[in-house]
Amino acid sequence: MPRQIDEAGSGILQRKLSSLGLQIHLSKSTQCLLGTETIEGMQFADGSVLDVDMLIISAGIRPRDELAKVAGLETHPRGGILVNNCLQTSDTSIFAIGECALVHQMIYGLVAPGYEMADVVASQLVGESKEFKPYDLSTKLKLIGVDVASFGNPFAQEPDCQTIAYENKAKGIYKRINVSSDGKTLLGGILVGEAEQYNMLLQTCKNQTVLPPNPEDLILGSRGGEEAGAGVMSLPDDALICSCEAITKAQLCHEISENGHTSVDALKKSTKACTGCGGCTPMVKDLIQAVQKQQGVYVRNIICEHFDYTRQELLDLIRINKLKTYNSVLDHFGKGHGCETCKPLVASVLASLWNENVLEQGRAVIQDSNDRFLANIQKGGSYSVVPRIPGGEITPDKLIVIGQVAKRYNLYTKITGGQRIDLFGAHVGDLPYIWEELIAAGFESGHAYGKALRTVKSCVGSTWCRFGVQDSVSFAIELEERYKGVRAPHKFKSGVSGCIRECAEAQSKDFGIIATEKGWNLYVGGNGGSKPQHAQLLAADVDKETCIRLIDRFLMFYIKTADPLTRTATWLNKLEGGMSYLKAVVVDDVLGIVADLEAEMQQLIQMYQCEWKEVVENPELRKRFTHFVNAPEQKDPTLEFAPLRTQVQAKEWK
Amino acid sequence: MEVLSPVTTWHRACRVEDVPADGGACVLIDGRQIAIFNFSRTNEWYATDNQCPHRQQMVLSRGMIGSQGEEPKVACPFHKKTFSLQTGQCLTDEHYQISTFPIQIIDGQVYIEV
Repeated sequence: MPRQIDEAGSGILQRKLSSLGLQIHLSKSTQCLLGTETIEGMQFADGSVLDVDMLIISAGIRPRDELAKVAGLETHPRGGILVNNCLQTSDTSIFAIGECALVHQMIYGLVAPGYEMADVVASQLVGESKEFKPYDLSTKLKLIGVDVASFGNPFAQEPDCQTIAYENKAKGIYKRINVSSDGKTLLGGILVGEAEQYNMLLQTCKNQTVLPPNPEDLILGSRGGEEAGAGVMSLPDDALICSCEAITKAQLCHEISENGHTSVDALKKSTKACTGCGGCTPMVKDLIQAVQKQQGVYVRNIICEHFDYTRQELLDLIRINKLKTYNSVLDHFGKGHGCETCKPLVASVLASLWNENVLEQGRAVIQDSNDRFLANIQKGGSYSVVPRIPGGEITPDKLIVIGQVAKRYNLYTKITGGQRIDLFGAHVGDLPYIWEELIAAGFESGHAYGKALRTVKSCVGSTWCRFGVQDSVSFAIELEERYKGVRAPHKFKSGVSGCIRECAEAQSKDFGIIATEKGWNLYVGGNGGSKPQHAQLLAADVDKETCIRLIDRFLMFYIKTADPLTRTATWLNKLEGGMSYLKAVVVDDVLGIVADLEAEMQQLIQMYQCEWKEVVENPELRKRFTHFVNAPEQKDPTLEFAPLRTQVQAKEWK
Repeated sequence: MEVLSPVTTWHRACRVEDVPADGGACVLIDGRQIAIFNFSRTNEWYATDNQCPHRQQMVLSRGMIGSQGEEPKVACPFHKKTFSLQTGQCLTDEHYQISTFPIQIIDGQVYIEV
């Protein structure tokens, strides 16, 4: 046992076993066995005698190094032939393996490391270089009904680590984890009396997963205060995940855990979830991960069959290698021809890193349809057009232009939820002409088609409103102009309210700002949509410059670390340590990265160009906006509209 | 008895440069909308119906192309139904099937047999 658990753990184990009626005698040296025909007792060196009917002997390991000593090889004073990482003794032409050898200050008394040693020596004999690495002796076992586990380096000592221990003598529980000195990774630990967390801890340790800010939560669980997260597992069993097919969380969890359907495709086949509108796919993916994590399986959220990386890994690789096209990324890090999952993901990462035109250098064909045509595809295959109207402020002249364009191209017009105007029913071939007119009137792309900043909604604020305490419209316009065109893992929205009445609904936005008497309160991680969630306060009463700096950092941190198609609210829910960790990173700069985050955001802002202006002025890009390449002037004859009040609507599909 | 097979002819559809590399384009041939796909990494070309049978939308040429294992495929932009470009079989829902057409490139021109 001393190889697996420390003294405190042994104490708890001993007490637990005693409570089961076992008597434990430690540090007894047996002098002789008593009895004539059969065994009757044992006599110990201290003179005491114990009556016994049966004797079971369990012997430890003592390295047999006599031969090595006679041969003049170096041995350890406490036994064992000294070998290096290649398992060579002090005479390099002699190897030693198994429990006679002392390697990494250890005698390995188990068969698995013995096989590994044989493999290492065999490799060297045939001329390959292979070293024997410290062998993982992590184990979990039940000792007469008591859970005992140890993993990684259970005995790491300060100053090499920080040790966190929990001891509950009443319940017979002892837990210890050794955390690296910088608090970031788990080195090892011991569990006695309760080992439920063993698998999770072992994976955290093996994979060098970055620890939450309070690593004690790993062995103690969250204890009141802020919950560690409100992910998909916090939903009740009867929560409807796929509303198209009416599939509940419980059904999906059952398919995942009992029937082994651990991919979205498998679940599509067995439950039909995700086969309708597809809006539930991100949540279904979260469920797959969460259920597997509960089962102790470590899940890496890899992109697809073409890229064996997570989004964050691929983003770092693309950045370090300065790749700018999909084909170069596929050549370096992927295989096959790609697919509809990895192409838009890489497109988004390229845009988030370099912010070059999304349609140039072969990037058009990797965009989702909306980004490929810089407009939103609607029923029937027509597109809708949304010019940017920053902060929702618009002049009468610009309103007239929108009206004229809509009339000329027979477009249905509607005010959006983001305080701008959507024009529906445009033929793909008309898009460049529509934009030519809009751009001439001073409009820019509104990126309604992109995973990018949508709008910064505002209330009218102190310039008109008798309650307003700050000029919310001006700030909203400044923010929308700042972040327009910045692409992210998902769309993001903002709002600025001029007072506490919150008419701009800033707390339902990815970042929202509410004016106070002293400055601005900044909230982040809010969401409308299918699972509404209030934004949380990141900073209070800050001035405008500080507010902008914090938004820069928050957005860039999100862009660099979020899973694909994950809104800020979901990202924040899944972030280990939640809001307090986010604050530590973007406000207190515990990772020392805020200067980089600000610089990276600045780079994106400097690179901004209105992509519709570039298309209108570039004949090569412009000619891709046709329905028939062999008859560019002809429109899709199947595209039909039906009357709707005084306007038109798309013809209903079958 | 003689079995009558439908009469097909080869049509010149468009120029190679009309179809974006690793993407698709739509051509009109005798009133029929055909989607053409250009896998430039392996210089392979495919032609299929432009209509996605799921909602009868004329959009497959605007879909993203790629591969599933060895199978070349296209994903419909509307609901991401994916179709094999070799067989026309829908890979995500066995109820759907699209037509495929023989295609060849001669002197920078794309020809399709319809």
